[in-house]
Amino acid sequence: MYNKGTIIPGLMLFVLFVTFPIWFNVFTTAGELPKPESPPGGEKHCIASAEYMRANHMQLLNEWRDNVLRDGNREILEIDGVKYPKGLQLACLKCHSRKEKFCDSCHTYAAVQPYCWDCHLTPKEAGSKEATH
Amino acid sequence: MDKQRRKFLKIAGASVIAGIGAPAIIKLSGTSAHASGGRVVPAAGHAPAVAHGAHGEEAPKGVRLGMVIDMRKFADKPELLDGAISACIDAHNIPQYPDKKNEIKWLWKAPFESVFTDQSAYHSSKRITETDFAVLCNHCDDPPCVRACPTQATFKSPTTGIVAMDFHRCIGCRFCMAACPYGARSFNWQDPRPYIKKYNKNFPSRMKGVVEKCNFCAERLALGQEPACVESCKGTGAITFGDLNDAKSEVRAILDKEFTIQRKPTLGTKPSVFYIV
Amino acid sequence: MIEKTLKGKPAYWVWLAFLGMFMAVGAACYVRQYNFGLGMTGMSRNVSWGLYISQFTFLVGVAAGGVMLVLPYYIHNYKDFGRITILGEFLAIAAIVMCLLFIMADLGQPMRALNVVLHPSPHSMLFYDAIVLNGYLFLNILCGWVILTAEKKQVKPPKWIYFFVYLSIPFAVSIHTVTAMLYCGLPGRHFWLSAIIAPRFLASAFAAGPALIVIACLVLKRVAGFDAGRKAMNKLVTIIIYAALLNMFFVGLEFFVGYYSNIPGHKHALQYLFFGLEHHGHVYNNLVPFMWAFVILAFGAIATLATPAAKKNDFVLGLGCVALFVAFWLDKGIGFVLAGFVPNPLHEITEYVPTMNELGITIGVWATGFFVVTVLYKIAIGVEHEVEEC
Repeated sequence: MYNKGTIIPGLMLFVLFVTFPIWFNVFTTAGELPKPESPPGGEKHCIASAEYMRANHMQLLNEWRDNVLRDGNREILEIDGVKYPKGLQLACLKCHSRKEKFCDSCHTYAAVQPYCWDCHLTPKEAGSKEATH
Repeated sequence: MDKQRRKFLKIAGASVIAGIGAPAIIKLSGTSAHASGGRVVPAAGHAPAVAHGAHGEEAPKGVRLGMVIDMRKFADKPELLDGAISACIDAHNIPQYPDKKNEIKWLWKAPFESVFTDQSAYHSSKRITETDFAVLCNHCDDPPCVRACPTQATFKSPTTGIVAMDFHRCIGCRFCMAACPYGARSFNWQDPRPYIKKYNKNFPSRMKGVVEKCNFCAERLALGQEPACVESCKGTGAITFGDLNDAKSEVRAILDKEFTIQRKPTLGTKPSVFYIV
Repeated sequence: MIEKTLKGKPAYWVWLAFLGMFMAVGAACYVRQYNFGLGMTGMSRNVSWGLYISQFTFLVGVAAGGVMLVLPYYIHNYKDFGRITILGEFLAIAAIVMCLLFIMADLGQPMRALNVVLHPSPHSMLFYDAIVLNGYLFLNILCGWVILTAEKKQVKPPKWIYFFVYLSIPFAVSIHTVTAMLYCGLPGRHFWLSAIIAPRFLASAFAAGPALIVIACLVLKRVAGFDAGRKAMNKLVTIIIYAALLNMFFVGLEFFVGYYSNIPGHKHALQYLFFGLEHHGHVYNNLVPFMWAFVILAFGAIATLATPAAKKNDFVLGLGCVALFVAFWLDKGIGFVLAGFVPNPLHEITEYVPTMNELGITIGVWATGFFVVTVLYKIAIGVEHEVEEC
């Protein structure tokens, strides 16, 4: 092989470079694991297990969105005696009232920016211009 | 748990096929992933969507929600319409811009000659020329905006006949605005939030870059409430709301009795909003 | 062949840098618009489409105009177009790139553009427009590239490519027909609701597109030593004159229908465009100068091109073609789209004036188109010269 001296180190550098995220995480910690806040009101029940919600809340929200908006299916869910109207603002945020400490904690960690909040109001945002009547 | 595993395998299988086909496959499989999960049951005794005006009976041709607006009532009491408009603004977090360019309007006022451009206003009575007419989306039975939309972000609800918007899907091409012959659609030229006076915490705002319009208060109907404008005129008979396909509904009773007109009926859009002038 | 774009005279690089500057300004303006929203433009609730969509509409025509070279050459075996057919195909590529950029610039939520594919809606004309535009782009890239490669190797193009060449002809017609259908199928917009929109679009396209190709040929003759030949030019001029006359005829028909029937809805937009529309004591007329400039330039250009001087004198020919291109740009790239919104469905009048930011993006997209066409023509001419040298 010609130019062995430059090609092989070059290749090694390239491999090191593209696998950088892996090395970086091995030798450093990627920051503390997020701890999303439990509902400040002390509610213990959700529409599904925490494990399920952690993994599937985005699909569930999409499903609710399509149910409510597109299929005209706005039936109110009743789970363990608690009623949940399908909706981010109507159900989720009623208990998880601090989006900044609940939703954001993981979303920031995972560097995802869901566009939910472009339209949906967090209790904090809604409270900033409270309806007075 | 077993069911969940099966569901996981199904989704995993679909993901492998992936690519552009995947969304279609998930759509075709249709059934709601979570509703089949077992724990979720609908709340007993809660009538969904069209409780109002349907008298507990399904009309044979499905539901077509509509409205009769009695302008005689608004002419007598103009403040009624102002109340209805502000109820609509409060219910839906509609921004109030100082300029005409950005205006977002769901329910608004306009003179007769603007609302009924096909009708002659030549030597018409004072009541016609001096009254502000209520204008809103006509929730057409054959809506041109729905035909124009390239993503089905606006569509006719199969259960209520409401011409609805899915803000999550709208790409902001504004084809629907060009298609609507009633000027019922508004576009968010910028982030509307700074211009919302007060928030209804149970309803979202919109984001920049999407089109919006009257939704016949679908979210209130779901709770068994009347549309905000109808409720605000309660008891006056200014606005009557109900199922046009239900022969026993209140709207039908009025349509049977009174002479009503629709906006631009010659266009074949079949508006569901009727006016008594 | 791409290597041909990397070697050029200083003037070539200066020209590209000049265009690059406008592209950069356009990009910066777009970032502003992306962050703030389309409120950065002069569009409003009542005039909800502006410069972007009108440029798009005009450029679809420029793209379709390339077929006026492809059709005589491949179907009628008109050999004189042999050297310039590739210019038509490459111009179509650049024009469609501009069209797609203008569409993206116009979307309120550009990140969701793929929803058109994810939620296909066969009842929407925009769905078909996306299909035919991308299809035509693909066909022109494929045909242009394969045929130019064959020419470079001095062999006959492979037989299979002719299938795609022939296919591109109905596609060219379809892109402008479907674009017309975006407008002419909308109830309640009287100015657009006319069956003659599609033929009128095609007529103006078959004039403006070839006019731009003639201009390009004249420029290439001066700067790149490429002579398309007088015979080909003169044939193109004949095509341009007939197509331009047809367009003017169709515009005249719109006037007849509006004014003879005397139906106000059919007259309003024409009144607004050409004479000013009076409403509540105020006359709205900001497009009137543009439209009269269109009429004067169009007839002036047709007359100029019809003179014997245009057949011999490059300057007269160029002048006529520039005038015609500008005229039809005023007609379709300004007047047609904007007047459709006047008056609005409630018979109110709002006038539209683009903002500086909007103009910046528009110029940026045009510069991008010129950049693409420059690079593509560099390749085409480079191959021609290479073949001649052998």
